[in-house]
Amino acid sequence: MALPLIAERLRAEPPEEQNYDPDLEKIEVELLLEGVFRKYGFDFRAYAYSSLRRRLWKRIVESGLRTVTSLQEQVLHDPSMMEQLLLDLSINVTAMYRDPHFYVAFREKVIPMLRTYPFIRIWHAGCSTGEEVYSMAILLHEEGLYDRARIYATDINEVVLQRAKAGIFPLDRMKEYTDNYIKAGGKKAFSEYYTAKYDNAIFKPELTKNVVFSQHNLVTDRSFSEFNVILCRNVLIYFDKKLQSRVQSLFYESLAMFGVLVLGSKESLKFSEYEPCYEQIQPPEKIYRKIR
Amino acid sequence: MNGIVVIGTSWGGLSALSQVIPELTRDFPLPIGIVQHRSKDSELLVGLLQDLTPLCIRDAEDKEPLCPGTIYIAPPDYHMLVEEDHISLTVDSPVRFSRPSIDVLFRSASDTFGASTIGIVLTGANEDGAAGLAQIVARGGRAIVQDPTDAESPIMPQSAIRAVPGARVLPLKKISAELMRLATVVDKPRARKAG
Repeated sequence: MALPLIAERLRAEPPEEQNYDPDLEKIEVELLLEGVFRKYGFDFRAYAYSSLRRRLWKRIVESGLRTVTSLQEQVLHDPSMMEQLLLDLSINVTAMYRDPHFYVAFREKVIPMLRTYPFIRIWHAGCSTGEEVYSMAILLHEEGLYDRARIYATDINEVVLQRAKAGIFPLDRMKEYTDNYIKAGGKKAFSEYYTAKYDNAIFKPELTKNVVFSQHNLVTDRSFSEFNVILCRNVLIYFDKKLQSRVQSLFYESLAMFGVLVLGSKESLKFSEYEPCYEQIQPPEKIYRKIR
Repeated sequence: MNGIVVIGTSWGGLSALSQVIPELTRDFPLPIGIVQHRSKDSELLVGLLQDLTPLCIRDAEDKEPLCPGTIYIAPPDYHMLVEEDHISLTVDSPVRFSRPSIDVLFRSASDTFGASTIGIVLTGANEDGAAGLAQIVARGGRAIVQDPTDAESPIMPQSAIRAVPGARVLPLKKISAELMRLATVVDKPRARKAG
């Protein structure tokens, strides 16, 4: 019984000795992120500290290093270490119809509004490998709105965008996704939307006919259009408060009046200065309508 | 914030928490973070516990400010971490099959609050929490573990005790009093600012 525990502790992220100094560690982390930004242009300086730190230590321990400073040396002198770190730091956890109750609320409250528009522009910010883009495309399709919709699916990471474009997902997730799809108010058999081949589920190319995948960096890039719906779920939780508020301002500018902003189910406008500009359409769902 | 209390539990946790939390008084000086392993769909925990205590129980949201005498429950399917003055959630991969993970909360509390962290492991049927509790104690924080003979499922307390032999091992009904005592000790301005 003790063995897995010891293994876990060896794998453990930070140093455990008595003289652990969080202030010193913060200096090291800031220097590393500054170095990464100046040498490679990737800006993680305003990411939420506790989870960033956790990911950094995962890399440090897995690479057999001992301090944040030793990671800094490796990253600055060895681009392959930077590539590795970039993978560690990008957030690519997603699922189809994650939080099915959100999709139920979206069907009930947002779809009727969208029906009144001749053309619908949707921005899916931080779409990662695209699972939620396909979820939304299917939903719009079933509601008869797909043909007059355009979904702009963006992410900072070109690699995940390529995967999103391909629309090939692991077959072993389909049971979970089918359950989610049914709970989300899906109207057909979920398997109608993909073809199973070996270990993969290949989604119908028609679903991405009106989807534009492109690279966009929420930290540095500006607004690129005006939208009726912006979806950004479980992305802002990785940003610190200041950056979060900057991105909120970007969303606010990018939304048409009465446009809808969708956040992750545990994210909130409550702690943001933009709260008075929106009304929450159906609490507790994080669906907000821009009203001023 | 001068410190923090973090509590981890799984199997039998609701009933254990229902005995510990009502004993804490309204003027409890620290925030309390709780990870209770539960299914993705269960949203009832907050309501059930709220009926038992004058302290405010929150289904934690990202960036929510940390306040004394407030209890933050990690939502299903997210890891809960803490910053110096607020909660931080992530959807990073499960750790040893758990999301939320007790170890993730415990480590983050000790990273941020150092010696001013109190960790408590209650009943549970896996080993989550042991490594995190070890880190809390290694950095000068305090550990309380439910007496395994008193626990609905002894596995989690047993592995916590193996990882932290010096932990205070107490039956459920004595845990609140000890927690109140430790909280008053911890609630002093910290000599060294952490985080």
